[in-house]
Amino acid sequence: MRGRPNLFTRYEADAGIFPSNTQRVWFVIGLLAVAALPIWLPRDWMILIATAFIASVGVIGLNLITGYAGQVSLGHAFFLGIGAYAGAALGGVATDRVTGLGLDILIWLPAAGLAAGLVGAIIAPVAVRLRGLYLAFLTLGLVFLGEHIFREWDSVTGGPGIGREPAELSLLGWRFDLDGTIGGFDVTREQQIYWLGLVVLIFMGFMAKNLVRSRIGRAFAAIRDRDIAAEVMGIDLTRYKVLAFAVSSFYAGVAGALLFTVTGFVNTASFNLLLSINYIAMVVIGGAASIAGSIMGAAFLTLLPRMIDAAGDVLPFLEVGSQGILSTSQLERVIFGVLIIAFLIFEPMGLYGIWIRIRNYWKAWPFSY
Amino acid sequence: MTTFLQATVAGLSLASIYMLLALGFVIIYKSMQVLSFAHPAIMLFAAYMVSWFSIDKQLNFWLALALGVVAAGTLGWLSERIAVRPMIGKPLFAIAILTIGLDIAIRTPINNLIGINIRSVGDPWGFGTWQVGGVVVQHRAVAMIVTAFIVGSLLFAFFRYSRVGLAMRATAIDQEVALAQGISVGRIFSLAWIMAGAMAALAGTFASSDLSGLSQSTYIVALKALPAIVVGGLDSIGGAVVGALIIGLAEAYTATYQSQHLSFLGGNFSQVVPYLVLLVVLLIKPYGLFGTEEVERV
Repeated sequence: MRGRPNLFTRYEADAGIFPSNTQRVWFVIGLLAVAALPIWLPRDWMILIATAFIASVGVIGLNLITGYAGQVSLGHAFFLGIGAYAGAALGGVATDRVTGLGLDILIWLPAAGLAAGLVGAIIAPVAVRLRGLYLAFLTLGLVFLGEHIFREWDSVTGGPGIGREPAELSLLGWRFDLDGTIGGFDVTREQQIYWLGLVVLIFMGFMAKNLVRSRIGRAFAAIRDRDIAAEVMGIDLTRYKVLAFAVSSFYAGVAGALLFTVTGFVNTASFNLLLSINYIAMVVIGGAASIAGSIMGAAFLTLLPRMIDAAGDVLPFLEVGSQGILSTSQLERVIFGVLIIAFLIFEPMGLYGIWIRIRNYWKAWPFSY
Repeated sequence: MTTFLQATVAGLSLASIYMLLALGFVIIYKSMQVLSFAHPAIMLFAAYMVSWFSIDKQLNFWLALALGVVAAGTLGWLSERIAVRPMIGKPLFAIAILTIGLDIAIRTPINNLIGINIRSVGDPWGFGTWQVGGVVVQHRAVAMIVTAFIVGSLLFAFFRYSRVGLAMRATAIDQEVALAQGISVGRIFSLAWIMAGAMAALAGTFASSDLSGLSQSTYIVALKALPAIVVGGLDSIGGAVVGALIIGLAEAYTATYQSQHLSFLGGNFSQVVPYLVLLVVLLIKPYGLFGTEEVERV
C-alpha cells in the first residue's frame, strides 16, 4: 500500500507494532544511532543511559499492571528487590557471609524474573479481591514487609549497610563487566553494559508490545476500563489479574537483577516506598498504557539529575551550592514532585501524549486539524 | 502483669497519635473521596513550625502549638486549593499519586530546614513520669491520650450536632445533591483539609515530643497511620478510632514481647507489625472492619 500508509486492509496490519514502513525505517535508524552512541559518549553517561534502559524494563512492567490492567501497585520496589537478590544469590560469588552459586547470566537473569513473578503470582489471589485504593494499601504494606525481610535475611542480602556483591555478568564465559576486545576493537565495561541493557530492553519491550496487542492485552484493557463489564463479556477476572501481577513482577525482577549489577552496590533499605514512587512517577510522566511512554519516562527521570546539574552550570540564578536554600539533589526532589503534579493536571497522557500532539500537528500542517 | 500494663500504656499513646492522623485521612476521604499521601509532609511541616516558634523564637509552647496548628491548616488548605481541586472527577488513583508528588515537593524543603540534627518541640511534659501501681506513666502519654480523647469527642459532636458538620455529612453522601441543597461543596473540601491539617499538627507535635525528637524520619509515623484507616475501613470515622487502637496496641505489644518469644522475626519487627495487621485484615475483610462495601451495579 505504497502512498497510502494509513489504509489497512487486514486486521493484522492494523494491530501491527509498526503501522507503516516509515515508522519501521525510523525505528531502525533510531536504534542504530542509539547503539552507536557509546563510541563517543563519556563513561559516566554510558552507565547513566544503561541504567535508564534497565529502569525502562521495570517501568514497562509497572505500566503493564497499572497502565494497561488498571491495577494500582505501590509494591514495585518489593519485586525489584526480589529480582535483585535472587539474581545476586544465583549469579554472585559465595563468601563466608553470603550465599552465591556463580551461575551464568542466561540462568540467573530469567530466574530472577521468575522468582519475582512467582511471588507476584502467590500474592495476586489476595490482591484480586481488592479494588482501587485498598489494593494500593496492600502493595504499600508489601514494600514495608519486604524491606524488613531484606534487612533480616542477611545470608542472601548481606544485611543493612553492608550489602553484598551483585551477580557476575558472564555470558557463556564472556565477561560483560570487564574490559575486553571484540574482533580487534577494545570495548570497555561501560560500553558492554550499555549494549547489554539495550538488547534486554529491546527484547522485553517487544515482548510487552506483543502481549498488549494480543487477546491478553485486550483483556487487561477491558478490566481497566470497567471490570464488571469485562466479566460479563466472559473475561476471567481472577485469571487475568493474576497474570498481570505475575508478568509485571517478572519484568520488575529482571530489571532489579540487572540494576544491581550495574550500580554494583545496593543497600537493603533502597527497596523502599520512595523507589516504588519513582517508578510510578516514571509511568505517569512517560505516559500510562504506552510502552514507548514507559521508556521515555524512565529515560527522562533517570537523566533528570544530570540535566539539573547541567542547567545549574549554565544558568547563574540556579546557584544551588551547599550554602543555597536547596542543594542540587533537593532541588531535584522538588522538581520531581512538581513534575508529577503538573503532568497529572495538565498532561495525563505524559510525554507520550506530548509526542502524539506534536506528531499530529505536523501531520496536519499547515492546517490546524 | 506490670509489663503488660506498661505495654498497654505505650500502645494507647501510640494509638492516640495514629488516631489524630487517621481521623484526618478519613475526613478528607469522606468529603472528597481522595486519599491524601501529602499528610506526612503536612505533619512534618507543622512539627517544624512548632519547634521553630518555641525553640528558635522562644515563644510559649502553647502559643507555638496554636501557631503550628494554624500553619498546618493553612498548608492543608493551600494544597487542596492549588493541587487537588483541579483533579476532582479524575480517577482516584491519579489523585492519590498527585498527593504523593505534593508530599515530595513539600517535604524536601522542610527536610532541609530540619537539617540533620534532632530538634525538640519544646513541650512542657519533658520526660516526667508518674508511678501508678508499679507502672511508669509518662506525662506526655497522659497528655496525648487526653488530647486524642477530647479531639475525638469534639469531632463526633461536631458531625452530630453542628450545621457545618451536617453539611459535611451530606457532602460525603452525595456531592451533587449537597450542592443542590445550597451547601458550598468547595468550602467543605477546604474545611476537610484544614481540619485534617490541624489534627496532623497535634499528631506531629506529640510524635516529636519523645526521646527521638523531631527529625527527617518523623514522617514515618504518618505512614503508619495508613494501616489504621485501612483496618478500620477508609470511610468510617469510628473505624479510624478502632483501627488506630488496634495498630497502636499491636505495635506496642510486639515491641514488648516479640524479642523474647519470637526473636527469629528479627529486630525492630514492631515497626512492620502495622503493615502485617493490614495484610491480614485485608485478607479477611477486603473493605476493612467498618468500611462500606462497594455495591456494583451493572
